[in-house]
Amino acid sequence: MAEPVLRLDGLCKDYGEGLVLSGLSLDVYPGEFLTLLGPSGCGKTTTLRIIAGLERPTAGRVVIDGADVTGLPPEKRPVNTVFQNYALFPHMNVFQNIAYGLKVLGISKSEQKERVMAALSLVRLTGFERRMPSQLSGGQRQRVAIARAVVLQPKVLLLDEPLGALDLKLRQEMQQELKSLQQKLGITFVYITHDQEEALNMSSRIVILNAGHIEQIGTPEEVYECPLTLFAADFIGQNNLLHGTVTAVSPEGLSLEVNGVTLPALPNEVFSPAVGERAALCLRPQRIRYGREPQHGMTLKGTIRSKEYVGGMQHTQIALGGEVVLNAVTQSAELDSYPVGSEVFVGWNRRHAPLVPDAPKEAV
Amino acid sequence: MDASHKQDLRFSRLLKLPMYLWSIVFVFVALLYVIGLSFLSRGEIMGVTGEVTLGNYARLASPDYVKVLLQSLKLAALTTAICILVGYPFGYLMARLSPVARSVVMLLIIVPFWTNALIRIYGWRILLMSNGPVNTLLMNLGLIHEPLKLLYTDGAVLLGMVYALIPFMILPTFTTVDKLDFSVVEAARDLGASPLHAFFTVTVPLTLPGLMAGCVLVFIPSMGLFFLNDLLGGSKSVLAGGLIQQLINSRDLPMAAALSVLLLAVTGAVIAVYRKVGGTGDMSMF
Repeated sequence: MAEPVLRLDGLCKDYGEGLVLSGLSLDVYPGEFLTLLGPSGCGKTTTLRIIAGLERPTAGRVVIDGADVTGLPPEKRPVNTVFQNYALFPHMNVFQNIAYGLKVLGISKSEQKERVMAALSLVRLTGFERRMPSQLSGGQRQRVAIARAVVLQPKVLLLDEPLGALDLKLRQEMQQELKSLQQKLGITFVYITHDQEEALNMSSRIVILNAGHIEQIGTPEEVYECPLTLFAADFIGQNNLLHGTVTAVSPEGLSLEVNGVTLPALPNEVFSPAVGERAALCLRPQRIRYGREPQHGMTLKGTIRSKEYVGGMQHTQIALGGEVVLNAVTQSAELDSYPVGSEVFVGWNRRHAPLVPDAPKEAV
Repeated sequence: MDASHKQDLRFSRLLKLPMYLWSIVFVFVALLYVIGLSFLSRGEIMGVTGEVTLGNYARLASPDYVKVLLQSLKLAALTTAICILVGYPFGYLMARLSPVARSVVMLLIIVPFWTNALIRIYGWRILLMSNGPVNTLLMNLGLIHEPLKLLYTDGAVLLGMVYALIPFMILPTFTTVDKLDFSVVEAARDLGASPLHAFFTVTVPLTLPGLMAGCVLVFIPSMGLFFLNDLLGGSKSVLAGGLIQQLINSRDLPMAAALSVLLLAVTGAVIAVYRKVGGTGDMSMF
């Protein structure tokens, strides 16, 4: 793999009220669209501010393009930021806003103009150069903020929830636009969001952050299909989380006892528990199969508890024994023929139901 | 417009009535009186005669009056300049303090207002006397061997002016800096600006309304504060405010009125410039 363009090495941050970041290490490679995803308070904004130089880490290093920049102020770092509230200069027009960084660098007037115009056309705002920020819509301000940052051709572009303030439709449009912009420019993006859908749609890699540490790093597919921790499984998408104890381990797999019901499961490279260990099975609702006959490995018996038809999808609750209730989602209308209360066989491909360590109860 | 709305409107007009009455009697009528007086001549009975003249204004152009006016403008300009240099950074830093620290500082600025200005200036007189605390301290430290002449100097007047008026620079500055969204300053740094460059290209322009409001609030009163010159400067150099008082004492009311009208015109010009330059600070009183 290529040399990382950005390396975070053991970052800690303590505002005096406990650690906000506890030893965060991460490599970002050239051309990546890397998303830091996590709930509010997980330390993602702090991480971004430390990369930008707006915040000093309590411990750890920030290395950009092989150079340690931990001690450098923001103006000396080859990164630029698109701020959450855009932070456009309200007393300058669009042109002056975008030219600000070029002017600081002492670039000639003619080159300034050329580069600002190129940046404006990139974000499709040609003709807006004389407008003041107050005369722009939210989406337009967003584009000016992006143009202002990319015009400096940073090594890494940092984006702090840039779509958070936009309405749903505009947000979806901008997602596409940002993604194609990133591909066009080839600049490495470090993108912050708490919106998992946004992260799954746009990123080449996702870093799931929780309480100041990394839960999982992976492609959108990896973090969705193969969560490594309970937090990751719970945070991304819908999941049936079945907490239990391992009762048997054999070469063919293992058995997990969940509230008196024994479920089949497979260990993986990261987590292969021994008998007696706690574990949780993560089962996506759309992975669950059920029917009258025990085919395709549908070995468990269950009862249809309730059904709900939601926009082309059939949501079904199936009870396995007393306490274990699965949420299943199917697209097929045929399955509608199972009335509430009917007995069915239930099953799933064990490879599609990853096993993760069960966290202590209070942490869930 | 429905009936209840109409009633509300009538009620709000009624509530505004005392304000209008006050303004008409004590500002508008008084102003007309002063302007009218400035076109009359000095007389034995009641201090004026009915003879209408432009003579008072003609006398304002004489070198003595011009000198007084220039001196007053110079002092006002100097006072404003020092208030900017001290008051703007003060207000800026104050807005960056923790909420507790800033309320303490705010209290320290406001508390002196609870005491009469005259009494506070007498305090300065004591401090600056030749055998006062300042001289005593400097002599005890061995920095000087004989008392400095501090009181009754132009410096003492300037000090008094700055002391009396600096809160009017600090408070509007504080308000605008406090309202400033500092993420724009961070954005400037992020785009490559040094702290100083970011300050002058982003912070200062965005807090200019407060700074300009402060300038107007300092400059205008400093044209008229006559008792400071009397108490701290010993009235060696005559200023416009003091001259008006002297003219009243010598019963030349029309001349005093003419000089007052001139001061008003200067004040009006300052405000006009302020509005022209686009002052948008909390200056709703103008």
